[in-house]
Amino acid sequence: MTRTPLRPLARILSARAAGENPDSIERENLRARHEVMREKSRKRSEGRLLILGLSFFMAFTVVGARMGLLAASEPMEPRSAAPGAAILAQRADITDRNGRVMATNLVTHALYAQPKDMVDPERVARELAVIFPDLKEEDLHRRLTDGRSFLWIKKKLSPEQMQKVHEIGDPGLLFGPREMRLYPNGRLAAHVLGGASFGTEGVNSAEVIGTAGLEKFLDDRLRDPAQTAEPLQLSLDLTLQSAVTEVLDTGMKMMNAKGAAAVLMDVRTGEILSLVSLPDFDPNDRPNPLVKGDPGDSPLFNRAVQGVYELGSTFKIFAVAQALELGLVKPDTLVDANAPMVWGKFRIKEFRNHNYGPYLSVADVIAKSSNVGTAHVALMVGGLKQQAFLKTLGFFEPTPIEMVEAKSSRPLVQKNWSDIVTITVSYGHGLSASPMHLAAAYSAIANGGVAVPPTLLRRKTVPEGTRVMSERVARQAVDMLAGVVEHGTASYAKLEGYAIAGKTGTADKPKPTGGYYKDKVINTFASMFPADNPRYVLIVTLDEPVDTSGSEPRRTAGYTAVPVAAEVVRRVAPLLGIRPKIELPPANALTAVVHN
Amino acid sequence: MRALVYLLTFAAVIGLGFWAYKENYATQQALKDVSRLNSEIADLREALSIQRAEWAYLNRPDRLRELSTINFDRLRLLPMEPEQFGLASEVAYPAPVVSLPDVNAPVDISGEQEQNP
Repeated sequence: MTRTPLRPLARILSARAAGENPDSIERENLRARHEVMREKSRKRSEGRLLILGLSFFMAFTVVGARMGLLAASEPMEPRSAAPGAAILAQRADITDRNGRVMATNLVTHALYAQPKDMVDPERVARELAVIFPDLKEEDLHRRLTDGRSFLWIKKKLSPEQMQKVHEIGDPGLLFGPREMRLYPNGRLAAHVLGGASFGTEGVNSAEVIGTAGLEKFLDDRLRDPAQTAEPLQLSLDLTLQSAVTEVLDTGMKMMNAKGAAAVLMDVRTGEILSLVSLPDFDPNDRPNPLVKGDPGDSPLFNRAVQGVYELGSTFKIFAVAQALELGLVKPDTLVDANAPMVWGKFRIKEFRNHNYGPYLSVADVIAKSSNVGTAHVALMVGGLKQQAFLKTLGFFEPTPIEMVEAKSSRPLVQKNWSDIVTITVSYGHGLSASPMHLAAAYSAIANGGVAVPPTLLRRKTVPEGTRVMSERVARQAVDMLAGVVEHGTASYAKLEGYAIAGKTGTADKPKPTGGYYKDKVINTFASMFPADNPRYVLIVTLDEPVDTSGSEPRRTAGYTAVPVAAEVVRRVAPLLGIRPKIELPPANALTAVVHN
Repeated sequence: MRALVYLLTFAAVIGLGFWAYKENYATQQALKDVSRLNSEIADLREALSIQRAEWAYLNRPDRLRELSTINFDRLRLLPMEPEQFGLASEVAYPAPVVSLPDVNAPVDISGEQEQNP
């Protein structure tokens, strides 16, 4: 490019000759040059602006398009970061204290129909009715042809049933995957576990929610996605549960009882090792609740936790223990036991109108189960203190164990605590509580006076219990209870090898219309073993038992609940690893076992 | 010189493009493998849970009790009882070894040995 000089000599010279200012030529040229430069830089700027504008446009287009795409498309998990676990099990397993499975999940399928796609509804209805005998052909046919576009046919299918439905081969029959709850042990611990069913149902999955018992109480824990991989460990021991159930079932039949319950509890940790209520049910096929009659007669009813009964003479030890604690009596103090005792318009009588009086030592009041003696002890203590003591033992509140049924079983307590209530409660009438309450209270005595709250979950650390009585009083109470077995009402509990301490209780059943039945009783045996250093508490309750082995029917706990409880201890104690105390002759050459 | 730089750059672009193409397909293949493995893991877990459930079902105490009753002749299993506890002193020491006479030595079957007067 040729550059025009600012002062071209030829023009300067001619301008000078013409007398003009040559500087104007320079200015003129400079202006022209600047004009050119400006024009050039304007073009360049315009070009840059265009490019910049284009790139911004493209950038925003890309961002906008991506946003639109993200908003319009189905959300998808990043495939590379897909978690390996959490594919199965939307509900955690339940195991016993040794890790044996009590509840788990099983993959199965639900069957549904889309009648619009169905080729031959008539044939489908006919063949389905053959596969599922509980479905009626006419019913199915009507539902498949009444114009609806979707219907559930079966919630759970076995693989064989699924194969048969496959073989019908109709495109209108479809399967949805399901997880169902399975209780491999069947009836064992059915009341504790409760049951589960489906909540919100979709085609691809369904919620599994607890309907009763522990499954319902701990629903949130069991369904918590962070904890589904970790099984929930219970305090129950499957072997013990099975042994207790077997013995209790046999005992219930032998004693002609219509129901029975047992609670076995570790007093140091508060863990419940076995909880049985009979009759029971299969949680895999949970029966429907009774619509009429007494709900207490349903197999779903948990007698150990839900049932509140007047537990009879088993309460006497509480009155006596409190009097010992307050220093009012000693085990050998004589108290008035002259029956019948008259209090206002009431007459307090002994069993079968016995009279153990005129005086009995406190230890004998317990051993002979004297109502009058206990009443006098309770009157010494007084109603207010009695109430406070029973409250610390937990008789005024539902038990804290992890079942929905426990929350609703509040003990029935008199509102107006008059002296006559003090008397009747001292021997277990006028206050209804569940066998579970009794187990918790007896555990406090067995554990040296420290009450540890009961639980159904395995405890890693034992919570600090509350002291309800001194260790000395607890020891004296246990000794008195051992006396009941040794020479009192529970002599059938004398076992070779294991010393049991316990108290019998026979309570007449209240009529729904008021008053008491003559020949219907609730028999309870509250026991602890081994008696010299109690480690376990066992409560056995029989509903309406009668022992017909003698010449006349016997309905006292000593003849019914005690032998059953003794058999339970005989079976359970070796399983718990308690060494029996048997006097063995010293081993010599004759008794020693020689292995060849 | 400049031409060489251009050539090299172009070659680099082509090479990188090829590498990216290969990596893309390798990644997709890896993702496919992962999802296949995941579904295999899910299947195995499902099978495992079924087997665990079946194990628990077959080992339920009721069934074991029935089996031990049926096979009582062979197993002679009874519920654990207090009498079955023993003491360490009841366990005998191994019986002392009885030394047998040497069976290879010749034995007189008949006749009397000559007695020295």
